[in-house]
Amino acid sequence: MEIPALVGAGLIVIGAGIGLGKIGGSAMEAIARQPEATGKIQTAMIIIAALLEGLAFAALILGK
Amino acid sequence: MHRNLGTEFLHVMQKRTVVKILLIFTLVFNVANLFAKEPEKEEDGGQVNTKSQIDTYIEHHLQDSHDFTLWSDGETGAHVGFPLPVILWDNGLKVFSSSKFHHGETVAKVGDQHYKLDHGKIYKTDAEGTINYDEHHHATNVKPLDFSITKNVVTMLIVGVLMLLMFGGLAKSYKKGALPTGFGRVLEPLVIYVRDEIAIPNIGKDNYRKFMGFLLTVFFFIWILNLLGMTPLGVNVTGNIAITVCLALFTYFITQFSANKEYWKHIFWMPGVPVLMKIVLMPIEILGTLTKPFALLIRLFANITAGHVVIMSLIALIFVADNVYVMTPISLLLTIFISVIELLVAFLQAFIFTMLSALFIGLAVQDHDHH
Repeated sequence: MEIPALVGAGLIVIGAGIGLGKIGGSAMEAIARQPEATGKIQTAMIIIAALLEGLAFAALILGK
Repeated sequence: MHRNLGTEFLHVMQKRTVVKILLIFTLVFNVANLFAKEPEKEEDGGQVNTKSQIDTYIEHHLQDSHDFTLWSDGETGAHVGFPLPVILWDNGLKVFSSSKFHHGETVAKVGDQHYKLDHGKIYKTDAEGTINYDEHHHATNVKPLDFSITKNVVTMLIVGVLMLLMFGGLAKSYKKGALPTGFGRVLEPLVIYVRDEIAIPNIGKDNYRKFMGFLLTVFFFIWILNLLGMTPLGVNVTGNIAITVCLALFTYFITQFSANKEYWKHIFWMPGVPVLMKIVLMPIEILGTLTKPFALLIRLFANITAGHVVIMSLIALIFVADNVYVMTPISLLLTIFISVIELLVAFLQAFIFTMLSALFIGLAVQDHDHH
């Protein structure tokens, strides 16, 4: 039986969601601990999130 | 005893949560089914398949086109918009207006050659306009080299002129005094933002000036095009993979050509690791230089495409709904919500692209003395 491509897309989204949740959660903790470093933490968070997003999108497009 | 009670309680609670979740799911699915209409049978008794029509509409929007159509009337077949010049290289230069195609319905006769549009691409054909397909439903006709001024090209030219006027004006206003006048007051903080938040932290104080031109251009180019994609003009430039490939190639070549000795050393002969590791790391590092711009181009393309598809699908909910009066406000609210998010994404993607470009350039030009 062939597994539909949408199942793969779902798996990718689950993985990306877990990753983004971890990044966001850690950033929140870091900001709570050091509110004066908010700007730097946010920038780093966005970069990591973007790298993860790029990976997820690459998988989604290649899998299509 | 206590423990037993505890586990018992937990068990009951878990069961309840499961039941609750199931209840919510059935509710949601029922509501969704209430609004979703069964697709009409294809061309059955004069009725049209709404879902496939929506699919083609969205697909058509995402593609580049040879005419600038603002909207069209499905019943009368009228298109509101303007044709664009078609420039072909096919045994000599051929220039004609795209109105000859009549939006892909007719064959364009230029000189003694016939051309026809198929899925937005120009193919050579005969007087009847026959187009042959292979088993994958791809046209097998000869494709002439197409240098046309398409919708995307027109949009990019407009953005280019707009940026030239905006930033030319800003640059000129500094000759009069330290404070910019007019619209320059809006632009100055943005330029300083790119310099202080993107260029200097990533490239470093000594080297950043050389790359400011590229970073500023790419930032405003992507941002303005993303924003134009949200207007009713219906342009989708940054959601076109050819354009994001070009932008990423710029980053790639600028990074490679401005790289210093240390950068190449780290790629071909990583210092500080055993020789065997050096040999293993070399192909990985070379591949790494390619995957960086690849991720850059995929991210921008996929984000903008996804945004356009989501907004159009939400609007399309109106047309597949059974009860239009219930679905229209829901669809409108969802569309407004996603549109606001897309406004943020438009900025964020421009920021991320510039940021990562600066990061890659910074990695290539910085001194690695601290190792």
